[in-house]
Amino acid sequence: MMQSRTRPPERPPRTHPPTPEHPVSYKLTFDGRELPAQEGQSVAAALWSAGILAWRTTRTNGAPRGAFCGIGQCYDCLVTVNGRPNQRACLLPARPGDTVTTQEGTGRAALED
Amino acid sequence: MPRSKTELAVVGAGPAGLAAAVTAADLGLTVTLLDAGARPGGQYYRHPAPALAATHPQAAAPHHDRRTFTTLLSRLRAHQAAGRIAYVPHHHVWSVTRADPTRTDPTWTLHTRTTESAPTSVTAPLAVTAPAVLLATGSYERHLPFPGWTLPGVVGAGGAQAMLKGGLVLPGRRIVVAGSGPLLLAVAGSLAGAGARVPAVVEAAAYTGYATGGAAATAALLRNPAKLAEGARHGAALLRAHTRLLTRHAVVEAHGTDRVEAVTVARLDRDWRPVPGTSRRIPCDALAVGHGLVPELSLATALGCATRTAPDGTVALALDADLRTSVPGVWSAGETGGIGGAQLAVAEGALAAHSIAQAPAPTRLRRTRTRLRAFADVMGAAHRPGAGWQHWLPDATDVCRCEEVPAGRIRESLAELGARDARTVKLLTRAGMGWCQGRMCGPAVAALCAAAGAGAGTDTGTDTGTDTGTDTGTDTGAEETAPAPDRRPLACPVPLRDLAQLPLPAAD
Ligand code: FES
Repeated sequence: MMQSRTRPPERPPRTHPPTPEHPVSYKLTFDGRELPAQEGQSVAAALWSAGILAWRTTRTNGAPRGAFCGIGQCYDCLVTVNGRPNQRACLLPARPGDTVTTQEGTGRAALED
Repeated sequence: MPRSKTELAVVGAGPAGLAAAVTAADLGLTVTLLDAGARPGGQYYRHPAPALAATHPQAAAPHHDRRTFTTLLSRLRAHQAAGRIAYVPHHHVWSVTRADPTRTDPTWTLHTRTTESAPTSVTAPLAVTAPAVLLATGSYERHLPFPGWTLPGVVGAGGAQAMLKGGLVLPGRRIVVAGSGPLLLAVAGSLAGAGARVPAVVEAAAYTGYATGGAAATAALLRNPAKLAEGARHGAALLRAHTRLLTRHAVVEAHGTDRVEAVTVARLDRDWRPVPGTSRRIPCDALAVGHGLVPELSLATALGCATRTAPDGTVALALDADLRTSVPGVWSAGETGGIGGAQLAVAEGALAAHSIAQAPAPTRLRRTRTRLRAFADVMGAAHRPGAGWQHWLPDATDVCRCEEVPAGRIRESLAELGARDARTVKLLTRAGMGWCQGRMCGPAVAALCAAAGAGAGTDTGTDTGTDTGTDTGTDTGAEETAPAPDRRPLACPVPLRDLAQLPLPAAD
C-alpha cells in the first residue's frame, strides 16, 4: 500500500513563462499530495518521476499495482483521474490540476455513468 | 480526410505501418493510417511529446535508426499535405469486418475507438472502409511469471524502455534487467544512459546459442555485420557502466512488500531449470524483465489469417513473399509475421505496399527481408524459453495478473479437473479473462498446459471471447500440434455504447 510519506517537492516550481528551454511545468495531486508534472508526460510518467510506483489495489487481494507494460497492453496501471476510474495511466496525458487518486478494487465506487 | 476514397487502410504507425503507408502513397494509392499512439513511430521509434523533449536535450540524442525514422516522417508529412495519406492517431482498431459479405471481392470496415491519449475534442468512434487492409500491429512483451513479479517496481523491460522513451522517467535508481532476448542489452544501455545504475543484466539463454545453430545460423550471423556491431555497442556501453552480464541465469524471485527491494538470481541448466545452490541476492529498487516479444495478432486471427510457430516459439502470421495473409485483401508486415526488429519491419512494409499497389518490388527489398529474417530466426531460436522455467513457478504465484489466478489453480484444473487445453483452463480458472485478455499470462498458461500433456489450445470455431492467449510460448512438443490462434473477437475492451452503434448485420 502507498505509504503516506511526506517529503518536500522534488523540484521547485518554475515561475518564468514557457519557452522551449522552460516549458510548462505544473501541479497535479495524487491522493491529496501535490506533485510536479511536465507538459507531455503521461500520468504514469508524472507519478514515476515522483518516485510513486503503485496507484491501484487489486480487486481480489488488494495488492498494490502500477505501470507494468508501459504501452497500454496490461491494464495494470488503471487509475482514477478527476473521479473517472479505469483509465490507463501510461496512455493518459497529465493535465494541469488533475486530481489522481488510488483506485481500489474495480474502481467502480466512484463510477458515475 | 479522403476516407471515402481510401484504397488502403494501414493499422499501426510503427516502422512497418509507416513504411507501408508512405510507399503505397508513393505508388499512387490513397491511404488511411490508423494508430493507437499519440505520435507516429510505434514502440521502436517512440519519442516524447515535443514540449517534454525540449526540457531534456539528451532525449533528442540520435537513437539507432533515427535517420530512417526522420525520413519516413517527412514522407508522411508530405503525403498528408498532398491529401494522399489520412493519418489518424489516438485510435485503436478493435475490429475489422467485411463491409459487404455478399461481394466476392472483399471490402473491409475498420472499427476504432479513441484511446486515453486522445485530446478531449477527439472522442467519436470512427469507421474506415477500404478494399485492402495492412495489419502492422507489431508485438508486445512475453512474460514468464516468478514469485514477486506483481510487486510494484517490477516492470516490463519493454515497459521501462517505453516509459523512458516517451516520458523520460525511470522506475528506480538501481535497476536489474532480466529475462531473455536482444532487447535486454538495449534496455540496459538506455537505462544506464539515463542515469540508472544497472548492477546486472540477467539473460536466461547463453549467447553461445547463436554460434551453435549450425552452418545456416553462422551464415545468417555473418551476413548481418551491422546487427553484430549493434550488439557489441550495447555490450561496450554496459561495460563502461560496470554492469555484469550473467548469461544462463534468471531472476527466480523478487523480494519486497510494497515494492521490490531485491531479487534472487539463480543459474539455469540447458533446459532453463534453476540449478540448486546457485542462488544469490542482488539488492535493487526496480526490476525490468521480459522474455522477448510476442506478435500482436488479435485483429489478424479474428479475421481467420493462418498462423505458424516461429523459431522463438511464438505464434506468428503465415505470410507469402509479398506479405499476403491467407485472407484475400489482407496483408501484414513487421513483427506480426515473426519478431524481427525495426529494419525488417521497414523492409516488409515497403514490400507489402508494392504488392498492394501491384507494382514490382525492388530486388534489394526482397534480399534485405530474406537476410534479416534469417538473422531473426537464429536469434529467436537462441532465446526460446526452455521448459524448465516452470520449476521457478511455485503454486502460490499468480500467473494471471488481472484475475489473480495462481499457478496452483491452473495446474489443478489440468491435473484434477480434466482441462485438456488453455481454453478450458480459462473457463475453469478465469486466467486470461481480465482486462488484458491473456496478453500477459497467455504464454505461461500455454506452457503449463503443454507441461501437463494437454494441448496448448483448441479453437472450436465458435468463439465467444473466452480463449486464453495461447501463444505456446515454450516447447514440449508445441510444434506437433498446430498452435491455436490467439483469438479474441475484440482487440481491446470496447464500451457497450460503441457496440450499440454498429450497424445491424443483414438478416439471413
Ligand atoms: S502499464 Fe500496461 S496498460 Fe498501462
